[in-house]
Amino acid sequence: MFPEIIDTRPLRRAVDDGLNWVVGHWSGALEAAASPLAILLNALEKLLIGTPWWLIAAILAGIAWLATRRWQLPLFVVLSMLFLGVMNLWQDAMTTMALMIAATLTAIVISIPVGVWMSRSRAVRQIATPLLDLMQTMPSFVYLIPTVMIFGPGKIPALIATIVYAAPPLVRLTDLGLRSVDPAVMEASRAFGSSPGQRLLGVQIPLALPTILAGINQTTMMALAMVVIASMIGAGGLGYQVLQGIGRLEVSRGLFAGLGIVALAIIFDRITQSFGKQLQTRIGLSEGRT
Amino acid sequence: MSETQNMDADNDLAISMRGVTKIFGNTPEEALALLRKGMSKTEVQAETGHVVGLDDVSLDIEKGQIFVVMGLSGSGKSTLIRHVNRLIDPTGGEIVVNGIDVLKMTQPELRTFRRTEIAMVFQKFGLLPHRTVLDNVAYGLEVRGVAKKQRLDEAAKWIEIVGLAGYEHSRTRQLSGGQQQRVGLARALAMDTDIILMDEAFSALDPLIRSGMQDQLIQLQKDLNKTILFITHDFDEALKIGNRIAVLKDGSLQQVGKPEDIVLKPANEHIEEFVRDVNKARAIHVRSIMERGVTEPCEQAVSIDARCEDVLPLFADHKWVGVLDADGQQVGRVTARQVIMALAKHTPPPLAA
Repeated sequence: MFPEIIDTRPLRRAVDDGLNWVVGHWSGALEAAASPLAILLNALEKLLIGTPWWLIAAILAGIAWLATRRWQLPLFVVLSMLFLGVMNLWQDAMTTMALMIAATLTAIVISIPVGVWMSRSRAVRQIATPLLDLMQTMPSFVYLIPTVMIFGPGKIPALIATIVYAAPPLVRLTDLGLRSVDPAVMEASRAFGSSPGQRLLGVQIPLALPTILAGINQTTMMALAMVVIASMIGAGGLGYQVLQGIGRLEVSRGLFAGLGIVALAIIFDRITQSFGKQLQTRIGLSEGRT
Repeated sequence: MSETQNMDADNDLAISMRGVTKIFGNTPEEALALLRKGMSKTEVQAETGHVVGLDDVSLDIEKGQIFVVMGLSGSGKSTLIRHVNRLIDPTGGEIVVNGIDVLKMTQPELRTFRRTEIAMVFQKFGLLPHRTVLDNVAYGLEVRGVAKKQRLDEAAKWIEIVGLAGYEHSRTRQLSGGQQQRVGLARALAMDTDIILMDEAFSALDPLIRSGMQDQLIQLQKDLNKTILFITHDFDEALKIGNRIAVLKDGSLQQVGKPEDIVLKPANEHIEEFVRDVNKARAIHVRSIMERGVTEPCEQAVSIDARCEDVLPLFADHKWVGVLDADGQQVGRVTARQVIMALAKHTPPPLAA
């Protein structure tokens, strides 16, 4: 046994009391601060559920066509949508998609500026990197408990937990993409008298865009990976069906909902990847490798 | 160190550097002190871990000439050219461009200076791969804030001049190296600045293409009368295009002068080594060996700027070849004998066995 050097009970109590204090005094303010997220998520969910199924299938198939210019992915999209509908999982799938899209959009809005900031300052990078490591490795239940205590069970803590889990790769890849832009190109831009803003928007971001898109791809995948955990605190959706399957020992329910998640993951993964590849060819980075 | 201290001609100077020193590292002052005590570049590096980029370089570059800085890799030539538009800040010294002290500029002033007074061509081209050729050539003007139509018209004009008409809407990666560097050149020329910096601009190109680009550069300089600071590691290239040449080694200047001066009177062993392998027929002008004075007109004649290699083929059919000044008046003549003697004199004797 490790000898007891100090009594850690007061420390634990302090943390717990601190959280209780925050919940008591700040939960109203925090809830108000998170209300834009609630509005975004609810609007998305309403939109997706309110739209006829065939229109959603057609739009997704159209996007898949634009991204790949082949018939395979659009066909897969249509078959997946039919599967979700036939299995009576349509509404759950739309709820899950809304959560994933809301988390991805929020992550993009937050992560890209943070990534830009990291790429420009060594100090920021040194602080942000361990923080991102923490966000990615900390078991999500650890921060689920306090968020649920503050916001109450429901979609908001689920969305926040999903963002915390899904945002880090986008921050990292934005930073990496911006820093790996060919220094010769950056120098040429500087030599012609460009301002830092002109360099960022005119050179760095366009050239880093394939890497940033890879980050967005990672973020969508990680957001989908969170749906089961998110449904434990009231996010609903396909994850909830999986949970019920576990609870009722109904293997079929869990399996079909799980397959639905996989189908969504494949669709969004292929779409974002193909857009990234298109962009890369346009910039000419992948020439000779295709 | 250099014979360029003619301060009365200050107004004609495009670029003037005084005692420019650059030391790379965290505490350059310490290394600078050792350098001033007389330590060599290698000793300073071993002692402090600091790299001496430039050591007390003073240069005067007159307007309207091609000034070539020649040096091997690691000689500090790329560092030197980057001081002119302050892509690198010196540790010490003074840099004056078009009469303005570059080091006293604030960041916004420096940006305006780069946008309006000086353009640059890079060894690795530095083109924007996500833009078309047309947009690349217009880039400098775009940064300057020129309206879209005007800058695209201007860019199209220069694309035509460098011989890339028809490629306006290609991506830069689809072009060959030579074509890409033409884009880089057009981008610099489109800025219409008096000074152009060229950092090993032709070093990445195939020999044939390089030679063509050199001819084009000489022609462009004649037509536009720009001041061109050209960096190269190729002595032949320096001799071909340079009005004046500076030789740099380990960050310090070895010799500055006309190409002939350097070939005929190398200042030290290092330069002699270069000169030994050089094509002297290219370096020596006929005017320096011709028989001066008015003689009967010759059937064949060359310009006063011609070099020995230009007259050699003419001797096949003619004993004498005339030399004409800028107005077409014959001011002298040469024979094959004079040329051969000049070349022989400057070729070092074979090593005694």
